[in-house]
Amino acid sequence: MLILAIDTSAVASAALVSDDALEGVVASFSTEDTRSHAEVLAPGIEQLLADAGVSGSDIDALVVGVGPGPFTGLRSGIATARTLSFVWGKPLHGLMSLDAVALEVAESTAAAPEFLVVTDARRKEVYWARYGLPEGQLPVLEDGPHVGFAADLPDLPAYGAGAGLYAHTLKADPEFAAEQPDALYLGQFALARLAAGDELRDSTPLYLRESDAQVPGPRKRAL
Amino acid sequence: MNRSQPLVLGIESSCDETGVGIVRGTTLLTNTVSSSMDEHVRFGGVIPEIASRAHLDAFVPTLEQALSDAGVALDDVDAIAVTSGPGLAGALMVGVCAAKALAVATGKPLYAINHLVAHVGVGLLDGKEGQVPQLPENLGALLVSGGHTEILKINSITDDVVLLGSTIDDAAGEAYDKVARILGLGYPGGPAIDKVARTGNAKSIRFPRGLSQPKYMGTSEEPGPHRYDWSFSGLKTAVARCVEQFEARGQEVPVADIAAAFQEAVVDIISSKAVLACREHGIKDVLLGGGVAANSRLRELTGQRCASAGIRLHVPPLDLCTDNGAMVAALGAQLVMAGVGPSGIRFAPDSSLPVTAVSLPA
Ligand SMILES: [Zn+2]
Repeated sequence: MLILAIDTSAVASAALVSDDALEGVVASFSTEDTRSHAEVLAPGIEQLLADAGVSGSDIDALVVGVGPGPFTGLRSGIATARTLSFVWGKPLHGLMSLDAVALEVAESTAAAPEFLVVTDARRKEVYWARYGLPEGQLPVLEDGPHVGFAADLPDLPAYGAGAGLYAHTLKADPEFAAEQPDALYLGQFALARLAAGDELRDSTPLYLRESDAQVPGPRKRAL
Repeated sequence: MNRSQPLVLGIESSCDETGVGIVRGTTLLTNTVSSSMDEHVRFGGVIPEIASRAHLDAFVPTLEQALSDAGVALDDVDAIAVTSGPGLAGALMVGVCAAKALAVATGKPLYAINHLVAHVGVGLLDGKEGQVPQLPENLGALLVSGGHTEILKINSITDDVVLLGSTIDDAAGEAYDKVARILGLGYPGGPAIDKVARTGNAKSIRFPRGLSQPKYMGTSEEPGPHRYDWSFSGLKTAVARCVEQFEARGQEVPVADIAAAFQEAVVDIISSKAVLACREHGIKDVLLGGGVAANSRLRELTGQRCASAGIRLHVPPLDLCTDNGAMVAALGAQLVMAGVGPSGIRFAPDSSLPVTAVSLPA
C-alpha cells in the first residue's frame, strides 16, 4: 500500500510511505519554517512524486494531519489533500497531527511509558495530548488534544517543540525540544493502523478554538 | 493548449464567496458559487476566520458542482486560474492551495490572477447584458463592494491596468454595513439601506462628502493628493453623531431619512469622482463591478452622470458583479489567448496585490 501523507499543522511536510519499502519510507520532505506553507507545499509534493516516479494513479490513499495547529497553515494542507484526493479519486484519511510526534517518541530510546506531546499554539498557549505506550505497541492517545497554558499540563515527560518552548515549566525532553509533527511519521502511523484494521478519522480540522468573532452588543444610546 | 478558445477553470476565495467558474474563450459555461454570508449576519460583517473555514469545506463540493453543471471533465481543461489577491489573507490561502493541488494533480498550467482586474474581465464574456463588445480603447472600471472601492483605467486587460483612485479607509460596502448596524437595519447593509432609503427624504440631512475639499481635489492641471480617491469613515462617524443628537433630544430617529441621506452622500461622491476621473483620462466606456453595483441609486446616478458626460456605462448581470469564479476564469482565458505565460505553483497569495499585477509571472 502506497500512501501520500501531508501535514501542515506546524511546518509543511509531505511523505510517500509504503509497506513494501525499506523502513516504510519512499520519499519525504519538510520545511523548517511555519509560515510559508502556501508557497512550498505544492512544489514539494510535485517534486516528491517526480523523484519517486509516482503518479496519482499509483497512490492507494492519502493521509492528512488535521491538527491541532495554527489555522491558516493547517488549512493549506487539508485543502491540498482534499483536492488531490478528489482529482485522483483516492480515499483521504485524517490523523491527529500530534500522533506523528508520539510515534517518533515511541520509536526512540527516550520513550517513557506515559508522556505528553506538546506543540506551539501561539498566544502563549500550547496544543497537547497525553499518550500511553504499551510494551511493543503503537502509542495510544489517552487524553486530548487540548489547547491551554503549559503551566496547567499534567506532570509527565513532554516531547515536541511546544515542550521546548516552555522547558522551564514542563519536563521537556531535550532531544525532542524542537520536534514538529512530520508527515513521514504520520504516514507510517496510518500504515500501521490501517494494517491493524483501525478506522481512521476524516479530514475535519481540529481547530480547538472558536474564531475570535464577537457578536456586537447593542449600540449605547445617547441620553 | 487551445489558445484561441481555451477552456479555463477559475477559482475565487478572496472574501466570503467560494466560487468556481468555467469559460471557453469568452463563453461562460458555469458560474458556481457557495457563500458563507449567512454565517456572518450575526456579526454584522465578514469574519475572516469564519470565511476561511467555510472556504475549506465548500471548495471540493463547489468544484464538483461546477464540472457537472458545465459538463466538462478536468482532463479537458486547458488552464486553471485562481485569485491570488487582493483579499483576506486566510481566505485567499484556501483557494490558492486548492488551485495548486489541482494543478499538481492534473498537470495543467496555473495562472495567479488579480481579483480587481478579474471584476473587469467578466465584462468581456459574450451574450450578457453589460458586456463590453471588443475591448474598447479607453475602458474604465468602477469597482464598488464590501471589500473595495476603486476606479481603474484599462489600457490592456492582460498587462496594463492603472489605478486612478481608491478609498483611503473603508470600502463603500463596509460603510453601508456599519451604518446599517448604527440604524439597526441588519446585515448585509447595502440592500437594507437601499430599501429603507426609498421611503426617506435624502435632502432632509446633508452628510459630508469625503475628500471633496479643494485641498484634496486640486485642479485638472494640478491635481490634489486625493483627486479621485474616496473616504467613508468620516461619513460613518457623521451618521453616528446625527443619530445620537436625535436620541439626546429625546426625538425619534428618522431612520429612513438618515438612510436616504447617507446613501445619497455615498452615491454622489462615488459617481462624481468616477465620472471626473473618466473625463480627465479620456475614458469613453466604464464598467461597473462589485456587489454594490446592485444598489439602485448607484446605478441610477452613475448612469445619469455618465450619459451627460458622453460615457457609456456597462453593468454586467448582478451574479457576475459580485465575487465569483467565472470572472477569474474569464480573465484567465484572456491571458491564455494573449499568450501570457502561466504563474507556476511557487507564488504566494498577496492580500494587498496592486492592480498593476494582472497576473503573477512564473
Ligand atoms: Zn470583489
